[in-house]
Amino acid sequence: MEITRSDVENVAQLAKLKFDDDEIDQLRQQMSSIISYFEKLSELNTDDVAPLSHVLDITNRMRPDEVRESLPQDIALSNAPVSKRGYFSVPKVISND
Amino acid sequence: MEFETVIGLEIHAQLLTSTKIFCTCSSSFGAEQNTHACPVCLGMPGVLPVLNKKVVEYAIKMGLATNCKIASRSIFARKNYFYPDLPKGYQISQFEEPICEYGHVDIIVEGEPRRIRLTRIHMEEDAGKSIHAEEFVASDETLVDVNRCGTPLIEIVTEPDIRSPREAFVFLNELRQILRYLNICDGNMEEGSLRCDANISIRPKGDTKLGTKAELKNMNSFRGVEKAIEYEVLRQTDIITSGGKVQQQTLLWDDKRMEVQPIRSKEMAHDYRYFPDPDLVPVDVAPEWIEAIRADMPELPAARRERFRTQFKLPEYDAAVLTETKDVADYFEAVAAHIDDAKLVSNWIMGEVLRTLNEQKLDIADFPINPQRLAGLVDLIQKSVISGKIAKSVFTEMLTSTDSAQQIVDAKGLTQVSDSSELDQVINDIITANPDAVERFKAGETKLTGFFVGQIMKATQGKANPKVVNQLLMEKLNKK
Repeated sequence: MEITRSDVENVAQLAKLKFDDDEIDQLRQQMSSIISYFEKLSELNTDDVAPLSHVLDITNRMRPDEVRESLPQDIALSNAPVSKRGYFSVPKVISND
Repeated sequence: MEFETVIGLEIHAQLLTSTKIFCTCSSSFGAEQNTHACPVCLGMPGVLPVLNKKVVEYAIKMGLATNCKIASRSIFARKNYFYPDLPKGYQISQFEEPICEYGHVDIIVEGEPRRIRLTRIHMEEDAGKSIHAEEFVASDETLVDVNRCGTPLIEIVTEPDIRSPREAFVFLNELRQILRYLNICDGNMEEGSLRCDANISIRPKGDTKLGTKAELKNMNSFRGVEKAIEYEVLRQTDIITSGGKVQQQTLLWDDKRMEVQPIRSKEMAHDYRYFPDPDLVPVDVAPEWIEAIRADMPELPAARRERFRTQFKLPEYDAAVLTETKDVADYFEAVAAHIDDAKLVSNWIMGEVLRTLNEQKLDIADFPINPQRLAGLVDLIQKSVISGKIAKSVFTEMLTSTDSAQQIVDAKGLTQVSDSSELDQVINDIITANPDAVERFKAGETKLTGFFVGQIMKATQGKANPKVVNQLLMEKLNKK
């Protein structure tokens, strides 16, 4: 399958990444070849194969509903470039709220 | 042209677990900002989510209560989007293979039975909270509190089976009641522990093809849901009847201005690129587990309403009011166990008890008169020891006392006077003292009976048995 420039631009936008024209072209080619590689799988007959949702053959790893201590607020915020009054401060989100 | 309204609802219910869905942070409401956070819910690299077993149990419970098929295998997926209140850059949810599918809830809307089918119920995590409006937020920033990140939710999705705003209201109310009976969600829409989005379209009556839908969000009260949908149906009808086309868009309901606002289209460019989350292994639900959960479920609201009508012979209205919450229904049954006259018990609970709870903003769990004490009071009325009127003053007394109704009646000498020889004298005195009224009564002014009864009650401080008074009074007046 051929990946178009607009496919690359769409994925870039969803990932919030910006590329110049040369990069887009390079990514278009790389992504095309990755997709083509996966297309090889279509040659197999998978009629009787259930979709694999997980590579590990284990299920039901669950824990009891018991509270353990959380991080102190200052540690929770310690990686934040900006924090204020115990909150993370991020660039303003455009919103109708 | 006549139109038909088509509504589907998506309901998010916050589950009443102690911890979050994938980490051991507390999920309780109201803590100081960013104090219920750990590397997992902060989305640090290299951490692994571990599923809270209770979340699965609660989701299965809701599935069973709404006649769903419980999936023997269920998986989690990542829903990818960027928003500051979602630290990982994806929400863990379920997409393919949700825990419950193909359910239904039966409701009665304006006397008509309706079945609303459920497409699915799935488990997911909540996002954090963005703060935009407080005065300490600068104009170029948004503040984020991650305490709510990872709070367990179930999302309940209906088929487009709902046909009116009223029906949406009744359905939502029924669903909330079930959640509360199961004790898995507190159902508080104002605080956001129950949220409802609606997909709304209209089509010419008789058409089978769905019209273009609008998605309505931000309806944070039951009344708001009904009002918002009413508004949106009118808006779409206006557009179509004036020759326009409804646009597929997301709208926010503004409860104060009672109107909808479109969300800017830029934020609408959703492409969630769901894929199975490799961090979480599948959940297998064995039939034994389902049966163990089923065995632990209480009688559900609809069944209980029906039983209150048949077992206690209560009118539909009483049955609905008394079963509104499980605790009130339990209270009623605890009182009714001691009293033959269930309707009398119902009147007292629907009247004095619920009124007091309402006035004092109390839960029935904290009500000062326990079922046994109320039964004692109702028993005295039933046995004609006190009148209903005296009973109300005893009830008021009981609210601030630990004495039984009998003790209060004894201490205050409130026992009803039913002895006709005792009442004879009182009635004779009243008749003698009011010759005018007697004349007028004899001339046909029968409503004066009320006057005489009132005087007799006054003379006996309300203790005279009204039945005996009436009987004696009529005998004496008619003999005059």
